Amino acid sequence: MTDFLLLAFIFLVAGVVAVPIATRLGLGSVLGYLIAGIVISPALAAIGVDIISIQHFAEFGVVMMLFLVGLELEPRMLWQMRARLLGLGGLQVLGTTAIITGVAMAFGQPWTIALAIGAVLALSSTAIVLQTLNEKGLMKSDGGQSSFSVLLFQDIAVIPMLALIPLLALPELTDLATSAGGAHETVAAAHGAETSHATATTHSDAGHSDAGHGDGHGDGHGDGHGASLSLVDGLNGWQTTLVTLAAIGAVILGGVYLTHPIFRFIAMAGLRELFTATALLFVIGIALLMSLVGLSPALGTFLAGVVLANSEYRHELESDIDPFRGLLLGLFFMTVGAGINFGLLSANITMILALTLGLMCVKGLVLLVLAWMFKLQGADKWLLALGLAQAGEFGFVLLSFTVANNVIPGPIADQLLLIVALSMLLTPALFIFYDRVIVPRAETAQEREADEIDEKSDIIIAGHGRFGGIVNRMLRAAGYQPTVLDYSAAQLVRLRAFGLRVFFGDASRPDLLHAAGIENAKLVVVAIDGKEQITELVRHIARHYPHVHVVARAVDRAHVYDLYAAGCRDIIRETFDSSVRAGRSAFEALGMHPFEAEQTARHFVNDDRAALAALAEVYDPNLPLDENPAYVARSKELIQEREAQIFGTGQAFAQETDRGWAPPSIQDLEAEENRAVEG
Amino acid sequence: MAKVLLYYAHPGHKYSRANAALAEAAQAVAGSTGDLSFVDLYARYPRHNIKVDAEQDNLRAHDVILFQFPMFWYSTPSIIKEWQDLVLEHGFAYGAGGTALKGKRMMLAITTSGPEEAYSPQGYQNHTLRTFLSPLQQTAHLCNMRFLAPYVLYGALKSSLSEGIRPHAEGYRKLLHALIEDRLDEAAAEQAETLHHDTLPLIEKA
Repeated sequence: MTDFLLLAFIFLVAGVVAVPIATRLGLGSVLGYLIAGIVISPALAAIGVDIISIQHFAEFGVVMMLFLVGLELEPRMLWQMRARLLGLGGLQVLGTTAIITGVAMAFGQPWTIALAIGAVLALSSTAIVLQTLNEKGLMKSDGGQSSFSVLLFQDIAVIPMLALIPLLALPELTDLATSAGGAHETVAAAHGAETSHATATTHSDAGHSDAGHGDGHGDGHGDGHGASLSLVDGLNGWQTTLVTLAAIGAVILGGVYLTHPIFRFIAMAGLRELFTATALLFVIGIALLMSLVGLSPALGTFLAGVVLANSEYRHELESDIDPFRGLLLGLFFMTVGAGINFGLLSANITMILALTLGLMCVKGLVLLVLAWMFKLQGADKWLLALGLAQAGEFGFVLLSFTVANNVIPGPIADQLLLIVALSMLLTPALFIFYDRVIVPRAETAQEREADEIDEKSDIIIAGHGRFGGIVNRMLRAAGYQPTVLDYSAAQLVRLRAFGLRVFFGDASRPDLLHAAGIENAKLVVVAIDGKEQITELVRHIARHYPHVHVVARAVDRAHVYDLYAAGCRDIIRETFDSSVRAGRSAFEALGMHPFEAEQTARHFVNDDRAALAALAEVYDPNLPLDENPAYVARSKELIQEREAQIFGTGQAFAQETDRGWAPPSIQDLEAEENRAVEG
Repeated sequence: MAKVLLYYAHPGHKYSRANAALAEAAQAVAGSTGDLSFVDLYARYPRHNIKVDAEQDNLRAHDVILFQFPMFWYSTPSIIKEWQDLVLEHGFAYGAGGTALKGKRMMLAITTSGPEEAYSPQGYQNHTLRTFLSPLQQTAHLCNMRFLAPYVLYGALKSSLSEGIRPHAEGYRKLLHALIEDRLDEAAAEQAETLHHDTLPLIEKA
């Protein structure tokens, strides 16, 4: 018990300390976890922790992550992705495997080992990439979607790989293993143990297809896997296929027909934690079923997620599973960091580093070529290439599997293990490189030429999302012909389908603004996403084209001040007006007279603007609002004033218009009459 | 039987005593018969975005148009003016082909803060109440409508609940029923200067 608590304590402290620091430094949580893992590895070694087994436990986080990804992805969207999934993903796996195999053979490896190495290293890290893409909000970008397609294909590809790797078994290695002699024994045993851990958790498919194929091919190396359960053991090919299809059918049908009654049944108990338990039960149950039939649990839960994407319980499941996913993935990343064998690394530092960098170059180049073939634009292309250049957690699994199957000799596997871990460790650095170097440069050197803008107008709308789209519609409805710029290719295709004239291009690029005719423009509506980009664009226009009126979208109060400082005088908070309308609807629903609700809403707006102006004097762009003492003090003052009004008059806002309609007092009336009589 | 359309307008409804009591009485009548349509203009158009076509259709479907409001600066609350400006279009209410309102009746139910004696050449308002209402009366005439004498509560702000407002609201209820059931002597109502709860020219039907 103490051991367990100590272990949990070490991991939690490391994560809680390292991740906020890493995030603050702009390194992202993944690198934070990896560094935390490296830092605690001596402590873990001191208390004799089996890091590999913890890692296999933590890999369940990947399963949960794919479940959550599936929830976000409706079947229709998955179908739309099919070209990228098969084309991009398939070519990535085949191409990378082929090249790495060739390189390995050039290094003098026999083709069987080389091919196994190629397959192992072709896979990328779903955990790191999806986590990072989500954190950076890049999941919906073209690059993010392509990355996801490739990762999903890799996840599917693991299944045939597990089936085929035993076929590559080297007779001489098999002999070594069965005679239980030689220097490789310890390594092989260690990896055998590893694989059986995998069997118990995520990658039980390893054990099963191994067992199945072991029987089929008479390799006789099923030791260490025999203990695990399987539904397809001892079945022949078509029976296995039937059972597998039945299991997939059960997941889909269960998702469609059983979720609703089950959740209703759970709801009767009225206990919040039961929902969490049910959600976990779903994921673990599906993972278990998939392992029992020898499929990837990650794939199975992904499928279940897709089935449930339209369900009304989607958000419930999402919020229940998400914390577990986060914790397990964090643990997983820490074990990757802690698992780095620094002894072996320092002994072969030059070679390992060179191989790692070489691997990442090869993978990156393959992806770059594919990105070019699939017509990805500018920064998106680099996001795909840099993001997926590492080897991944499935590499660990396949490595232990190959060793157990006597495909790759132990010492080589150990070095590969280091290469995989190092490449994962370097990935956050590549993402930082993408953020700091590629994204800014992509603005000036975009691959797809920005559209030729043949239709110039004196109105430019930058960004045609939820905000700019409405502005565009309003202007068009009034007979104006604004020039619309948007950088999402997918969005453009959609808009053009509706016959709208929009142009591709990143509106924050000065030359595109020039092409759009900003010199002669009267008005620019800055409706793009992203605080920083909006501020940058506004500053650029205000500085170089002071004659242009800028209407800018502000993300929040602090952003209003930034935009004011950037020179904009027509600042619209993006959700303020709709929130005020929601408040007004609330008033009306509570029985307030609609005109009074309207008046109160107007007064609220005026009052809020006044507060915004009052607080502008104490706003400091270098401090977050809650860390600015003057801002906090002034806010408190304003709140107190307001409360005094509430308690004084029963009304938060002294409504000046009401004075016209509120009846005068009897005294007022008498004074008026007296004056009239006297006059 | 007549279809009555009642437009109520009071921007400070929550401060109102007299008009609130009248509106309450009218809503009770509207609830009991399908022949009275009660429209709170400020509730229907809190942002003054009056729907002209819908309002014109509504006018066509009724026989009596009644405006209930407190006098503000010798005139109506602003929304009624906005309503007139937009709804009483040329070609609909007046001018060439503007016959949609022909033969319908217009009536006002108003409250004043000044006392009755103030509304005379000798009083501090210097004019009769009807003088101040002449723009509305002429509006009715231009639209070929008959203009009935207004139902008035003077000194509404000082009027006591039991002696002033309640009897006035009860009279209002009777007036609305009489309009619906054609029991108001319209000739007499057109001749009268103003109408009060105790001077309603009702026809007793057998």
